[in-house]
Amino acid sequence: MKGKVFNIQRYSVNDGEGIRTSVFLKGCPLDCWWCHNPESKKGIRELVYYSSKCIGCGECISSCANGAVSLIDGKLVLNKNLCRMELNCERCCPTGAIEVVGREMTVQEVLAEVEKDRIFFEESKGGVTFSGGEPLMQPEFLKELLSVAQKRGLHTAVDTSGYAPWDIILDIAQYTDLFLYDIKLMRDDLHYKYTGVSNSIILDNLKKLAKIHNNIQVRVPLIPGINNDEQSITELCEFLQTEGIKKVSLLPYHSTGTDKYSRLGETYRLYGLAALSDIELQRALAMAKSFGLDAKIGG
Amino acid sequence: MEETMRGMNERIKKLRQQSEAAVPKLSMERALLITEAYEKYSGRVSIPVLRALAFKHILENKTICINEGELIVGERGSEPQAAPTYPELCCHTLEDMDIMNSREKIFFRVTEEDKRLQEEKVIPYWNGKSIRDFLFNSMSDDWKECYKAGIFTEFMEQRAPGHTVADDKIYKKGFLNFKEDIQEQIEKLDFNKDTSAYEKHEELKAMLICADAIVCFAKRHSEGAMELAASEKDEARKSELIRIAEICTRVPEYAPETFWEALQSYWFVHLGVITELNTWDAFCPGRLDQHLYPFYKKELEEGTLTREEAKELLECFWVKFNNLPAPPKVGITLQESGTYTDFANINIGGMKPDGSDGVNEVSYLLLEVIDEMRLLQPSSNIQLSRKNPDSFIIKAAEVIRKGWGQPSIFNADAVVEELLRQGKSLEDARCGGNSGCVETGAFGKEAFILTGYFNLTKVLEITLNNGVDPRTGRQLGLATGDALSFSDFNELFGAFKRQLNYFIDIKIKGNNIIEKLYASYMPSPFLSIVIDDCIKKGKDYNSGGARYNTTYIQGVGIGTITDSLATIKHHVFDQKSITMEQLLSALKDNFEGQEVMRQRLMNKTPRYGNDDDYADDIMRMVFDTFYDEVNGRKTMRDGTYRINMLPTTCHVYFGSVIGATPEGRKAGTPLSEGISPVQGMDRFGPTAVIKSASKMDHLRTGGTLLNQKLSPQLLKDEEGLRKLAALVRAYFKLDGHHIQFNVLDAATLMKAQKNPEQFKGLIVRVAGYSDYFNNLNKGLQDEIIARTEHRDF
Repeated sequence: MKGKVFNIQRYSVNDGEGIRTSVFLKGCPLDCWWCHNPESKKGIRELVYYSSKCIGCGECISSCANGAVSLIDGKLVLNKNLCRMELNCERCCPTGAIEVVGREMTVQEVLAEVEKDRIFFEESKGGVTFSGGEPLMQPEFLKELLSVAQKRGLHTAVDTSGYAPWDIILDIAQYTDLFLYDIKLMRDDLHYKYTGVSNSIILDNLKKLAKIHNNIQVRVPLIPGINNDEQSITELCEFLQTEGIKKVSLLPYHSTGTDKYSRLGETYRLYGLAALSDIELQRALAMAKSFGLDAKIGG
Repeated sequence: MEETMRGMNERIKKLRQQSEAAVPKLSMERALLITEAYEKYSGRVSIPVLRALAFKHILENKTICINEGELIVGERGSEPQAAPTYPELCCHTLEDMDIMNSREKIFFRVTEEDKRLQEEKVIPYWNGKSIRDFLFNSMSDDWKECYKAGIFTEFMEQRAPGHTVADDKIYKKGFLNFKEDIQEQIEKLDFNKDTSAYEKHEELKAMLICADAIVCFAKRHSEGAMELAASEKDEARKSELIRIAEICTRVPEYAPETFWEALQSYWFVHLGVITELNTWDAFCPGRLDQHLYPFYKKELEEGTLTREEAKELLECFWVKFNNLPAPPKVGITLQESGTYTDFANINIGGMKPDGSDGVNEVSYLLLEVIDEMRLLQPSSNIQLSRKNPDSFIIKAAEVIRKGWGQPSIFNADAVVEELLRQGKSLEDARCGGNSGCVETGAFGKEAFILTGYFNLTKVLEITLNNGVDPRTGRQLGLATGDALSFSDFNELFGAFKRQLNYFIDIKIKGNNIIEKLYASYMPSPFLSIVIDDCIKKGKDYNSGGARYNTTYIQGVGIGTITDSLATIKHHVFDQKSITMEQLLSALKDNFEGQEVMRQRLMNKTPRYGNDDDYADDIMRMVFDTFYDEVNGRKTMRDGTYRINMLPTTCHVYFGSVIGATPEGRKAGTPLSEGISPVQGMDRFGPTAVIKSASKMDHLRTGGTLLNQKLSPQLLKDEEGLRKLAALVRAYFKLDGHHIQFNVLDAATLMKAQKNPEQFKGLIVRVAGYSDYFNNLNKGLQDEIIARTEHRDF
């Protein structure tokens, strides 16, 4: 069985316990304004361009039979309408400025990559984290990855938005040692506005999951002006309190995505938004703790 | 700065500042005294006795320096940062002295008076007579050509063999006891049956003279302290000076009885060793925590010492090391070791002689001292055994994360295995450790002498040019065939092997002569007293008197040569994307007009450091070939040749003599350092580097050096430290020998921003993911620089 993977990150230290390898699956049903992995959204292969690595040699232009590549001011411009993803430009680029994001990989291939760091997992109580995109978008592939990984004694984590049919979550829950479950906003209209989807399935799934799984870490990206106000935090904490979910991580917003958007030739909707101050973060943390939650800043 | 000074008391702050502020300068005293002694005794007594009498003459006459406020006394020069010279090894010309004075880096101030003395007193006696002259005159033309071409360096051309470390004997015995041991051996000599009885007698007699000399030196400090006490107005200081005087009358003549005496006693031995000769890597107390613990424990129990007092004494001790820059180096020796550091390297932790956990309260105290002092010297390391608790490595990691590179971390279990493989007894192995940079040795019992760096990449360059050094056009190596005629990778590698064998033969032939020169003309009877079994054998340290004798050649640039070979294999032989002819012509032109090719070779080749067997297998081939070539050959001291993998600053010098290399490196630029990947070519983070590096069999070396850079972000909290500890533990499970971390600050990141080429491997934690710093746009880099600056480690 094959799935689409956009990155495998070794020495991943903020996606669960210990030293981990994060496997990022490509494709996501959400369209969050602050997404710092925009290359993960589409379920197809894409070309990414690192202008800082480009030396303007023009090898890519002559390599493309479709005329999709041109250089303007020494920088590459890709005409996506003409591109047939034959990838000759990527192959002949001498500096690696053109990269393909999204590889078809088998379960065995992915796990062979993961196994390379087993000794570090064992030493640090780490393991493998399947993230995205939204890993639940590739349910069969994910299930196979999780079950084989678990059978081999690897600690498994799934980092999900929860936006998937409940059956799928139920199906993988038994193979998942840790859920990293993202919640953005409680108010559905705002959720819809900033992520492109309703949160009802997400919250519903979390309620159900909490009843059958005992290791859920809720993760909340704190976005200035979007969900860091008192009301949003209170609503979220009340919900978690009611559902008996204790562990929550507040992930401070950083403008990290900006760079990646330009690599993809896309625009970033939160351009110029400043990070939260320490004081603001501490206030959010204190609020979460006041609801009896086991809260922390960062993954 | 504030952080640095925290915890230190006023005395230490002052001493530290004095040590840091003093300007390195030349001290002519030793050169004049040794010249006087040689004029007086040379030709009248045996060589060992001559050396001993010269040592005695120096210690009886050199200036006694007791610095204001210090508790541990004794300087090698006339004052802090004043470095003596050793004209019997290397007699500096006036031009050398001008260069020393005026060079921008690693300078030593020289006065006109110094030059006058050199010209009138020193040069007339030593000119043409120093070991350096003798050595170069004894080398073959082949050797000289190779030396000049930068194929190898020679450690002993202006510094003496040393590379040894003290064990616990000086804390259990005084020099009075050593004299008894020596006397006993003299009495046992049988001139009727033992054909070496005379040589032994002279060596033992020389040791007796040296033992008296060091005691005399201590007593002169006692008198000096009493004189100062007499005129001291401050009552507290007065009583300290009296105490110092008392201590210096007791040690090192008698075994130390207190913590203070133990440190002072070591310090006199240290000064003795580095005054007798300018030994490489100075000298070193080795397992300091274990040696001091019995004194510490006893005195704390008896109430004669507090933890704070012990710390203050240790900090005074630290300053003493920092007062001593490595003696001035010139020429290639300066290039291979361009630093003031003299490489005393304190070992902490590890195991006890019985194999149990060796971490004690003094281990933690030493970590605190390292943290507070933040001095370049002494260097420090932790010996991490699987038996040591995690709290120990976490404590060390708290110091490491402050970002100045100390302490480094050694695999104590691997060190024991390395020593056992070399034939040491289990107990001797457990009492061993590491000195200098990363060198393994059986402390107090082994002469483990480094003889020079070896330029593996240069040998490849010569192989690709059919034995010719392209820099000079000279036929240096064998004619192993035109590179264009190699039909596959194995043919190329076979030619490389033959060249390597040829050059190693030349290096070792030279070494064997040099070892004899030192054995014949430069014995070190003082050092021989404190290294087993020199007394028992009646044999000098430099003649094979130590229980174990090992001679090392240090391989440099394994990353660069691996990637060069991987590039040729991948692009020329496997993919056939370029021809050998195209490659060689690009190298010849230093990739001029071939930037696209250079980029492709650089970026589209499997490279070492990424856990990719294609490249890592080639690394192993190179390592095994180097190992097979050197390991096991016999030395003139009845010892064995072995390899280790470290560069000090030699990868910069070696790079400067090599043209462009196949993996995209431009002519004259540095090679990879230690066993680290080529700078910036490790693209999958520290676990991949560790996996690659551990494919080398570290246990067959006497030390490997792995440098890793980490962003402070990764170590920001307890969890980060635990992950670092796990990373190290995993490397050590894989038999990794040593690892050290650069934890970078904002200033470095800013430099990285300006010179991205040099910082390709720098990983920063961005937010929910990590990325290479170079992959980030300027705005994001600025943001991360700003964040880092606010860290309050």
